[in-house]
Amino acid sequence: MALLDVTGLTKSYGPLRALDGVDLTVRAGTFHGLIGPNGSGKSTLLKAIAGAHFPTGGTIRFDGADVTTAPPFQRARLGLSLKFQITAVLPELSVYDNVLLALQAHDRTIDLLRSRSRARLAPRIMDALDRFRLADRADDLAGELSHGEQQWLEIAMALAPEPKLLLLDEPTGGMSPEERRVTGELLAPIKASCALIIVEHDLDFIKNICDRLTVLDQGRVLGDGTTDEIENDPRVREIYTSRV
Amino acid sequence: MDAATSLAPATAKRRGRAFRVLPGVELITLAALVAAPFLLADRPELVTLMTNILILSLLAISFDLCWGYSGIMSFGQALFFGVSSYVIALVGRDLDFSQLWATLPLAMLVGFLLSGLMAAFLLLGRRTPTSIFVAFGTLTGAYAAERLVAGWQYVGAGNGLSSIKLMAFGSTEFVEGPAFYSIALGILVAVFALSRWLVRSQLGLVLAGMRQNEERLAFFGYRVQAFRALVFSVAGAIAGLSGALYAYHQGFTGPSNLGPGLSTTAVIYCLFGGSGTLIGPVLGTAAIEGISFVLSDTDAVRQFWPVILGFVLLIVVMFQPTGLLGLVVSTRERIGSYAGRRR
Repeated sequence: MALLDVTGLTKSYGPLRALDGVDLTVRAGTFHGLIGPNGSGKSTLLKAIAGAHFPTGGTIRFDGADVTTAPPFQRARLGLSLKFQITAVLPELSVYDNVLLALQAHDRTIDLLRSRSRARLAPRIMDALDRFRLADRADDLAGELSHGEQQWLEIAMALAPEPKLLLLDEPTGGMSPEERRVTGELLAPIKASCALIIVEHDLDFIKNICDRLTVLDQGRVLGDGTTDEIENDPRVREIYTSRV
Repeated sequence: MDAATSLAPATAKRRGRAFRVLPGVELITLAALVAAPFLLADRPELVTLMTNILILSLLAISFDLCWGYSGIMSFGQALFFGVSSYVIALVGRDLDFSQLWATLPLAMLVGFLLSGLMAAFLLLGRRTPTSIFVAFGTLTGAYAAERLVAGWQYVGAGNGLSSIKLMAFGSTEFVEGPAFYSIALGILVAVFALSRWLVRSQLGLVLAGMRQNEERLAFFGYRVQAFRALVFSVAGAIAGLSGALYAYHQGFTGPSNLGPGLSTTAVIYCLFGGSGTLIGPVLGTAAIEGISFVLSDTDAVRQFWPVILGFVLLIVVMFQPTGLLGLVVSTRERIGSYAGRRR
């Protein structure tokens, strides 16, 4: 059964159709890439899946539940996690507290008031930071990290609650080639526990880590298949050679 | 010297200061407040002033919980303060009852319910409210309440309610003086301690996160506006408690106690002292009320006092937005660190 099933999704801004009948299916444990030229609707689709805005038409089913108009916190509680395109760590909190905030999100209010999970979550927080090479920076303010480290921290925060599906919007934006390579290495092991949808302009990066690709163009699905199938699709080649 | 070495002393200095300044300020303030009635034994008018400062500090703390910790720009804290003051005045007048063990919790309940109702309208809509929307909503509520009360004969209309029945515990009644001061100080210390516990809990971490990026928290799975509504309601209860004590202490309440004027004064107390610190609003209240007291004998100054206060707010917002305490307390200490308490 599909973990995520998007059917006939449309999103209009006045006369502009940012998404025009998009279908997308993602199975558990797969890494799925969204590619396409600028303005093709990749980020709009990701935001609609995350609940940042509601679609004009169509349905989004996640883990068997219709979440088309569910607010973001409900989707998060079902196991959907998002890393924003623009880095959204909390700069005035410590690196450690950023991950604590991600992990305690499903605690009851009374338990938060009594700080009941603070000690219990410590090993998981340090484990998450260790995995993303940030354990030594735990007590530093998140705003003091380099851009690449902030991207890793945000991925660590998104992964810490052990989501079923992680949405990554341009996770290597602004990174050095070395940081991109490391990011790929850091993401690879999560496949065992989590599916991934990734929007990325770096085609080499996305081909290396994704099992399947969906190509969007002008709000429509131009192609969908394995990385090899998409790479050999003449329509995809055409838009990438003529318009990118 | 490499970069890491050169940064190390600065980092150590910053962290060292971050965990010392605020507790020190809190202890010195507490010591001064405990000593005040003894030092001012022969100046009863100053004990009265200090009691007013303690009571109004509660109102300032209620605003700090809203703005300093939760990002709710409330220009209506006086609404909860004033309505509660009217409620205990009416209970005294119509029911001949003023036992503090019942009336003070009643005032808190009134403040809690009224602010909860306002939060339902202003904060819990489908769309995330903007700060301007909340500021104008609370301001409008306070203004409407002031106008309503000013024209309502049952509650004394523009004259307000005077000769409020004295606060009592059993057969003991409390007039202004050291005994009332002690009760007000005990309540302020209790409210301060509970508020401190709240903002330093894991719930406080949620509030700190909300102030920085509420969208990020929503995508973690937090019901951001529900947390805001909860804090707003708790702050309303504290404002209500403050209003009841104020009415008992003054023996009077009137329309101005629930209007935008007092609400704005609470904002000034907090911003002047340093929002997001809890102790800053107490110091801000003491500073503003102290200066007001000193200058109150001069007619010209008294006449222009609201204008002076307005300038104070303007200067603070423009040049020292973290208030007086911002001069000695780092951002890191003000926001708090939960990492330091994990082991």
